[in-house]
Amino acid sequence: MSWPEFGIIAFRVVVTFVLLLVVTVINVWAERKILADMQSRIGPSRAGPWGILQTVADGLKLFFKESVIPRKVELGMYLLAPFLAIIPAFLIFMMVPWGKPFMIGDHEVALQGADLNIGLLFILAMSSMAVYGVVLAGWSSGSKYPLLGAVRATAQAISYEAAMGLAMVAVVVFTATQGEGGTLSMAEIVERQTGTWGDISPVLSFVPRWNLFPQFVAFVIFLVAIVAETNRAPFDLVEAEQELVGGFHTEYSGMRFAMFFLAEYVNIFSMSAIAATLFLGGWAGPTFEGSLPGLISGSLPTIYFLIKTYAIVFIFFWLRATLPRLRYDQLMTLGWKRLIPAALTWLVISTVAIGFRQFGAPWS
Amino acid sequence: MAETILFVLMAIGALVGAVAIVAARNPVYSAMGLLGTLFSVAVLYVLQLAHLVAAVQVIVYAGAVLTLFLFVIMLIGVDKSEDWDEKLPYQRAFVGGLGGVIVLFAGALTVFGNFDWVPAATNTIPEATNGTIQAIAELLFTDWVLAFEATALLLTIAAAGAIGLAHHRREQA
Repeated sequence: MSWPEFGIIAFRVVVTFVLLLVVTVINVWAERKILADMQSRIGPSRAGPWGILQTVADGLKLFFKESVIPRKVELGMYLLAPFLAIIPAFLIFMMVPWGKPFMIGDHEVALQGADLNIGLLFILAMSSMAVYGVVLAGWSSGSKYPLLGAVRATAQAISYEAAMGLAMVAVVVFTATQGEGGTLSMAEIVERQTGTWGDISPVLSFVPRWNLFPQFVAFVIFLVAIVAETNRAPFDLVEAEQELVGGFHTEYSGMRFAMFFLAEYVNIFSMSAIAATLFLGGWAGPTFEGSLPGLISGSLPTIYFLIKTYAIVFIFFWLRATLPRLRYDQLMTLGWKRLIPAALTWLVISTVAIGFRQFGAPWS
Repeated sequence: MAETILFVLMAIGALVGAVAIVAARNPVYSAMGLLGTLFSVAVLYVLQLAHLVAAVQVIVYAGAVLTLFLFVIMLIGVDKSEDWDEKLPYQRAFVGGLGGVIVLFAGALTVFGNFDWVPAATNTIPEATNGTIQAIAELLFTDWVLAFEATALLLTIAAAGAIGLAHHRREQA
């Protein structure tokens, strides 16, 4: 590996990491502000204009606070758990392409942490690793509320990961018909959603070629599943305040608590980014190359990506302000008896339809 | 060079995890040792360009199976420390002896051995397509499709059987 290549890789990883940190800080503030607006409150308003520095102030406060370690904890796992929560959260976003690749000299710079040919599988692997942080935090706290939260988290993560994976499979099968052979690479999936549906019918020539339209059912299933995967309202039984105090992080304080908090918001953003990439075409969109200055048309894809992702992030906040929490049996019923059969049925329907389009009817 | 460093690190990780599985007093730490081993081995697969196998290893074993282990360990009470008075009069010594013989044999083989009857590693770098999804899918869905479908059926039968057994017990009780 030559030095320029090494530099490009380092640049990609560092910039992706910084982007994720910045949007997370903004997201925490945005959620409080949006929730406040929906509940006719003002929300954070003191630190900086519109209270935008509130997260920074909170972060600094948590950083300087004493991190209390209760006497009955399993020390090794107790200290390890916050890291197990935060590392997968950051690694997931490394797979998401957040801008159009550009050229520096004769080297291509992809705006993405890493483009693996198993990109989607890596995302599934990391999201299943994320549950360890929660489980170990709950268990090692040596206290009953965290343990209950951890047990709930495990059951929930396993249940909804199946539906999420099945929704992804439908997209992967569909994507395979949109180009040369199948792919699991996130960059390639975005690449195949550029342009419009104009080739099917001239009426559709202004409809972008997003997977959202042919795969709408998969999109809805995926959306429900990622809200459950990130343990957000209305699926936040893991940290149901009225029942479990704080759930798995009850016994954590100071910076260790902040790491769980950060991991949750990082997960919201990366899961929304994945939904935007799989269904809304990621950074794809009109760039007006030639008629606009290069810098602007080069950064437009990143802006499209952020707009699409924030549309989904907003749904997360909206749901929290709107819906009451599910009961535990409702959660399990929805996961196993509704979402997974729906995802399986959709997979069969969509695959059969694709087969018809590709090979014609079997009886002809 | 980077490959060698990564291999040594991950090999050490896998071994430390494996020792932790049997040596840890607390079953949760055993499960974590298993997690370390599975993860290190997955990285070793990546070094062999078998990306798909690595991903599947993490998703299936580290993600699903081990989470279930952990779930069970937590629910059956981890507070009770394990009973260390074991009633195994000679097994421990026997296994130790056997292990010693195997290590001696492997060591002797490494130092003095004749490697002709061990298939030599061909020193060719595999093609970049090896181990990618396309290559595996092509084999799986053409030459080995019968074995693949039979395995799927077997797993379904096993799952259905487990549910049936669980219900049978409940009716009897």
